[in-house]
Amino acid sequence: MTSLVALSSGIIFGLGLAVSGMTDTAKVQGFLDLFGNWVPDLMFVMGGALIVSTIAYQIAKKQIRPVLRNSFDLPQNKTIDQKLITGSLIFGVGWGLYGLCPGPALTHVLSQAGLLFVAAMLVGMLVSFQIKKFI
Amino acid sequence: MDAFFLPLLGGMIIGVSTLILLLLNGKVAGISTIFWNFCTSKNIESALFIIGLPLGALIAYSILGVSQPTLPSNTSLILLAGFLVGFGVNRGSGCTSGHGVCGIGRFSIRSIVATLCFMASGIVTVALFGVNP
Repeated sequence: MTSLVALSSGIIFGLGLAVSGMTDTAKVQGFLDLFGNWVPDLMFVMGGALIVSTIAYQIAKKQIRPVLRNSFDLPQNKTIDQKLITGSLIFGVGWGLYGLCPGPALTHVLSQAGLLFVAAMLVGMLVSFQIKKFI
Repeated sequence: MDAFFLPLLGGMIIGVSTLILLLLNGKVAGISTIFWNFCTSKNIESALFIIGLPLGALIAYSILGVSQPTLPSNTSLILLAGFLVGFGVNRGSGCTSGHGVCGIGRFSIRSIVATLCFMASGIVTVALFGVNP
């Protein structure tokens, strides 16, 4: 049952990304082009998603456990360290350069350019994973 | 009207996805982490979620008539940007979905800081290097 929920959640997420315009690199870069030809549309994606996710997490706070499991599996790390900041800054550079973040990239995985992006993304993750052990 | 209707609707659909994954399975819909678990631990639920992403987009393009965007085909840019995105989300423990949507939704200061960082560097990057031709 949890597998079916995971698949459904992935399908709904991909549907939302496509409907919202987040899978269009031109729209994403237009949104980030604050000092040029700014296209504010994608602000509403974040807004719409946050309205629902905030409600979801407020409901979760009042529940002892999720419907299909014994406990919630939520991140416990609260420290704001240099890894969080440098990592997020580097992610933003890649996002701005081409206009894709991981979710939209994965919706494009059936195209050649999308597959290439996802492959490069995995290499980047693996390199970061090794480096994180030292700095 | 049209300019913000589809983004708002799509955003709310994304929110519904995070809601069912959280309230039914107890999991955060953070795509970079789910993709990492799929690649490194062969977790079946992570695999199904990841497979669902292109399927959902396909439904939007082929059944709902949303126009399908094509990706710019600059290979070196794709490799560089993909690498930086992967490196950054792994180092920063999350991306637009995990920090931006779920993290802010649970009022995590850590996620708010992360989101401000990648938004700021994304804006600076576009200001410096411009948009895809």
